[in-house]
Amino acid sequence: MSKNRRRIEIRFRVNRKLRRVCVHPLTRLLDILRLELGLTGTKEGCGEGECGACAVLMDGELVNSCLIPAVQLHGRSIETIEGLSKRGRLHPIQQSFIQRGGTQCGFCTSGMIMASVALLMGKKHPSSAQIGEHLAGNLCRCTGYSPIVDSVRKVGKK
Amino acid sequence: MRTKHIGERVPRREGGLKVSGRARYVDDWTLTGALYGVTVRSPVARGIIRQIGYPAGTPWEQFTIVTAADIPGSNSVANLEKDQPFLAVDRVQHAEQAILLLAHPNKSLLEKARRAVSLDIEHLPAVLSLESSLAQEQVVWGHNNVFKELKIEKGNVDGVLNNAPVIVEGEYWTGAQEQLYLETNGMIAVANPKEGVTVWGSMQCPYFVHKALMELFSLPMEKVRVVQMETGGAFGGKEDYPSVLAGHAALLAWKSGKPVKMVYDRGEDMAATTKRHPSRTQHRTVVDRNGKLLAMDIDFAIDGGGHMTLSPIVLSRGSIHAAGPYYCPNIRIHGRAVATNTPPHGAFRGFGAPQSLFALERHMDKVARTVGLSPVEFRRRNFIRQGESTATGQRIRESIQMEKLLHRALKETNYEKKVRLFAKQNLKAKVKKGMGVSCFFHGAGFTGSGEKRLASVVAVEATEQGKLRVLASITELGQGAVTIFTQIAADALGISGQDIEVAQADTAFVPDSGPTVASRTCMIVGKILESACIELKQTLIQNGLLKERYTSNAFRAACKKYVKQHGQLKSFAQYQQPSHIQWDDEKHEGDAYGTMAWAIYIAEVSVDLSTYEIRVDDFLALQEIGKVMNPLLAEGQIIGGVVQGIGYTLHENVIWNKGRMVNNRITDYIIPTSMDVPPVRVIFEENPYEFGPSGAKGIGELPLDGVAPAIVNAIESATGAAINRIPVTPEVLLEAMENTNE
Repeated sequence: MSKNRRRIEIRFRVNRKLRRVCVHPLTRLLDILRLELGLTGTKEGCGEGECGACAVLMDGELVNSCLIPAVQLHGRSIETIEGLSKRGRLHPIQQSFIQRGGTQCGFCTSGMIMASVALLMGKKHPSSAQIGEHLAGNLCRCTGYSPIVDSVRKVGKK
Repeated sequence: MRTKHIGERVPRREGGLKVSGRARYVDDWTLTGALYGVTVRSPVARGIIRQIGYPAGTPWEQFTIVTAADIPGSNSVANLEKDQPFLAVDRVQHAEQAILLLAHPNKSLLEKARRAVSLDIEHLPAVLSLESSLAQEQVVWGHNNVFKELKIEKGNVDGVLNNAPVIVEGEYWTGAQEQLYLETNGMIAVANPKEGVTVWGSMQCPYFVHKALMELFSLPMEKVRVVQMETGGAFGGKEDYPSVLAGHAALLAWKSGKPVKMVYDRGEDMAATTKRHPSRTQHRTVVDRNGKLLAMDIDFAIDGGGHMTLSPIVLSRGSIHAAGPYYCPNIRIHGRAVATNTPPHGAFRGFGAPQSLFALERHMDKVARTVGLSPVEFRRRNFIRQGESTATGQRIRESIQMEKLLHRALKETNYEKKVRLFAKQNLKAKVKKGMGVSCFFHGAGFTGSGEKRLASVVAVEATEQGKLRVLASITELGQGAVTIFTQIAADALGISGQDIEVAQADTAFVPDSGPTVASRTCMIVGKILESACIELKQTLIQNGLLKERYTSNAFRAACKKYVKQHGQLKSFAQYQQPSHIQWDDEKHEGDAYGTMAWAIYIAEVSVDLSTYEIRVDDFLALQEIGKVMNPLLAEGQIIGGVVQGIGYTLHENVIWNKGRMVNNRITDYIIPTSMDVPPVRVIFEENPYEFGPSGAKGIGELPLDGVAPAIVNAIESATGAAINRIPVTPEVLLEAMENTNE
């Protein structure tokens, strides 16, 4: 079929595991994760890079997976929400979101946590203002943001 | 009763699933062999469907096509009135109205086909604004465009107005607001004549959907099953619309014989589903020499869109809240919900109250200025007190203390000092600062006899493992229903929260506990749950399996034993209306609500007069909500509601063109980001409500009610601009400033 001829093979890492997919070159990373690899923790909120619900890390950098076409993926390393907990133990940032009301409906949460992880990789103790600025590309309609900012600021604290 | 869980900062129970991406929303789930479904909608606001064409170039034989002619039962969505078809038959009543449905296994072919369908619709003159509907420029619904008209009357308003030396008048407008839950509407359906219809989806009210599907397919109760999946926010936006979408998905499944998944993209969700009703409120007020309200004459009108849906109930709640937390001997509230040819407007947190309270609390500032009192002093003189009656004649039974709340709010914000300071600084500053106050209440639960009519039921059952399972049709939407129910059940039984399970809202297993709306989950349904738990405990005690005092272990053992002996242990409880509630639906008179939550909100703003940018610098939300069941979740509700209110006031502007929303993208419809919000300071006062579980009142909608007037009052105090409409975009501010300077 002509459709198959337009497919390309992409090899890349997802959550440290080598993956191989055969897709149309313009397939969105979001769809590769959700439909090809069954990693549905990454959500679609708007499909145009505005809401951040689909945020993941690409080579350690925060990206909106709805804006990344397959052609950009070869050889890259992607980290999603599913890769965050190790051996079933939640990452401290995930713990903090539960403990401090950083998640309500949960739909922005995966992207919000990945954005927070990206921030904390570069800065161990960001201020509330820095956190607010960093998370401005991730929309939340439930929490009003301050419980999220609090969750990030107090990671690892009791 | 010992309260080990109630009152504690218990973390959200499903939190672990949500932070690890394991919570399963409808789009995260696929059935083998499923088709995707899409909707072909009317681009025309009002018209007659001449022809539907399927031009060559698309392999139509591969598609499942459903039109109104394919509907096995009734083509009207179960609601107050049967005026809303699932699919248009020959007429189009609003822009984006669904005309036909398509299904296909391939999403991109499906989208091409959706665009290829040709619609020949003859345009009819449409009504596209509240004013033109009220003026009956065209009659587009019934004989006068009016879905519902109501009158609330107390005392003799005309008598006062006719003899008043001064009447303070004002007119106030609010725009539509999109709920913008992060998860769009979605539904999966399996449907065939043999097994009936099953849908899984994002929703607030499984039994609304259940009823809608029974009528759509003419099926008996047991042949329809509705299951709520994890739901990514709702705020009212998933109250009535999911009935429509579930119907569409099920019709495609029924005809194709395959499972069908329909998930709206953001553009479709914003354009086609419900929003907050736009409104206009007119006030005429008379005050005596001492600054006491003598008469309030209020005309409240809301734009319901193309079909009636829930508009009469939104109108009722908006009207009842229109006179606010004040005592006035003579009140008349005239309410109308009217039709226009936009998509139907629907439920959104606050349900009419944010509209009428915006008007009231802006108007209170205006009246205060007219009579030469400060906004705070004028309000203080008029607060309703215990024993006095509201607009509907509801006598306030509880010892409300609005004066005390106000005193504390002023102190916490350093209000008086800041008002004086800003007045001085503003003379020279380019960035003007101001303070604004709003005072309000929100009634929890259905209005009047509504809860009695619903007669909600909750069940609890013991599991084979000795745990206690809660069975209710209440849905977790992010508000914390599952956690609150766990706390209530655990404390009612004196056991650990770990021993409580809350079942998924699935109509095959849970009784009808009414819809998840109207701030009723904790106060109304939580109380029923408490009763069901106590009954189950009594059964165990009466059977000699449990002593009066027991441990969690003993309770588990007793449950296990009972289930082993009798097969099952299940107890049901039904809503019992407190005897003091008396309501007359016809006259809109009596006890509108079992109780109200009371609040004072204070906003501090900066207005930059070079850019017309408005910033909220500080926000105090002080409220009395009965017993605070879970401070962590309660704070989350308040902060989240206040931030939605900030969006409603300053940013969220639905732009219409010929009945269609044209800025139906997150890029163009702006909601607050983490950079747009002030620190929201939340303070609770507790005045336990006798008929709520552990004294709790409703809380969900309250925080949205009073945000807009507090901010706009602050803008006026900063700039002198008398702004009477929201959202206050920079353009609205500019215009108001120009009018002020003239």
